[in-house]
Amino acid sequence: MGALLQVKNAGIQFGGLKAVSGFNMELNQGELVGLIGPNGAGKTTSFNLLTGVYVPTEGDILFNGKRLNGLAPYQVTRSGISRTFQNIRLFSELSVLDNVKVAYHSLAKHSILSSIFRLPSHFSEEKVMEEKSLEFLKIFQLDRYKDEKAKNLPYGQQRRLEIARALAASPKLLLLDEPAAGMNPQETHELMELIAFIRKQFDLTILLIEHDMALVMGICERIYVLDHGQLIAAGSPDEIRNHPKVIEAYLGEEVPSEHA
Amino acid sequence: MKKINKFWLFLILAVVIYGIGQALIQTGILNAFYSNMLILMIINIILAVSLHLVIGITGQFSIGHAGFLAVGAYVSAIITMKFELPFVLAIIIGGIVAALAGLLVGIPTLRLRGDYLAIATLGFGEIIRIVFLNIEYVGGAAGMMVSNISTWTSAFVCLVITILVISNFTNSRHGRACIAIRENEIAADAMGINTTFYKVAAFAIGSFFAGIAGGLFSHNFYIIQPTNFGFLKSFDILIFVVLGGLGSLSGSVIAAILLTVISTYLQQYPETRMIIYSLVLVVVMLYRPQGLMGTREITDFFGKKKSAKGGN
Repeated sequence: MGALLQVKNAGIQFGGLKAVSGFNMELNQGELVGLIGPNGAGKTTSFNLLTGVYVPTEGDILFNGKRLNGLAPYQVTRSGISRTFQNIRLFSELSVLDNVKVAYHSLAKHSILSSIFRLPSHFSEEKVMEEKSLEFLKIFQLDRYKDEKAKNLPYGQQRRLEIARALAASPKLLLLDEPAAGMNPQETHELMELIAFIRKQFDLTILLIEHDMALVMGICERIYVLDHGQLIAAGSPDEIRNHPKVIEAYLGEEVPSEHA
Repeated sequence: MKKINKFWLFLILAVVIYGIGQALIQTGILNAFYSNMLILMIINIILAVSLHLVIGITGQFSIGHAGFLAVGAYVSAIITMKFELPFVLAIIIGGIVAALAGLLVGIPTLRLRGDYLAIATLGFGEIIRIVFLNIEYVGGAAGMMVSNISTWTSAFVCLVITILVISNFTNSRHGRACIAIRENEIAADAMGINTTFYKVAAFAIGSFFAGIAGGLFSHNFYIIQPTNFGFLKSFDILIFVVLGGLGSLSGSVIAAILLTVISTYLQQYPETRMIIYSLVLVVVMLYRPQGLMGTREITDFFGKKKSAKGGN
């Protein structure tokens, strides 16, 4: 099995609307791949297909050789795909530490009864969760906020926490949905460094949706381009930059010269 | 260490409160009317805390809680009156059957969200009541005679167990999972939490304790009738939780105590009772829309400041 993730002809139809169709993608272990496209091209929809939020109406999604179609999102996460969201979805009333602890949820095994009767397994596992979560916050330099409510963090830190939380679920593949949205150039630069760092640190494969071309062209090794729910191009940043179909999708068709 | 200290503190406090109550009742300082009010207060606290787990922690807006109260009340009454088995057994079985009813109602309805869930649970609560109304075995509309054997002791033991179990559940990975569902269901799902399982589990645990309260409730009066468990009863319980502050266990306890006392004293003024009661609610909601306690717990005011519950 070469590829970590294989998407074969996947698509989804909402009533008469084909949001995404004939979507093919292959991700190899350790790659950093970008997914771009104009607004409404189906980028987030394809993320939702990959993470089980939507069940594909056609095609197959294979992760590590295992079929993901029809699995619930929590099952997809447990099999090793974790994600962040375009509009930040933190547990805003929970503390920063607890946000990360929630992601460790499925790694602990103690049962409800064990917690209710406060059996030894409850204490030992909760302790491990606490220690691991703290370690994580340290890596992301969020430990000084650990008792703060997540909603009180500055925007850039909330993005950081969301990535930290997604990583705490110990994924092999991380999906980032517009991580740089709403960030200033300085924050975007820090984010690029962070992405490069976590990739090395956690031996990750990363797929990211992004509108910030500087970021995408700067860090992605390969890029897929979607438009109107169809894959229109795939290749290295240089190939994509000069691809006629991509230019057309973003800037419109070239107008015949007599109209000029 | 800190957790253990907290546990013993709670237990000592419980024993002290129990002792004071028992002494006041034994010496006759509190007459039958007031000791009855105390038991009713405990029943209301148990109901409030059990609904707090469903609405305040898991964020599932259920307004059919009186249905599970009814299941517990009738089942335990059948066990003591028809089978003549001991009261303790009756309360436990009442709770278990209520929990099963909770599973039965929860599995289909908890797929719904927000207002839809509220209406579905309201409907199920009414169905449970109508079922009892039509069973001749439990007296139908005329009601069922039950012996008055709920005591301050039995009620207080149930209360302590309820609070311990629900706060232990809340302060664990399971409680955190429930709070995560309340905060953002999609994100909770994406973090590997089986949201359906936890919603149903919280609902069943809540129903279990509503059933326990039902056992105490039916044996606190001489008769139970289906009209005791109408949707107005569900709203009473809902008001405890909302008034106390959604997400605060101590808040729902305080609200249940406060409102039980207010409504008991207002019984002297039957004409204006409901008006004053409603006014109290309106005033509190105007000046404390987040409820008496917000999402904080009473322990937050003593120990170190904590931002929200879920794991300590």
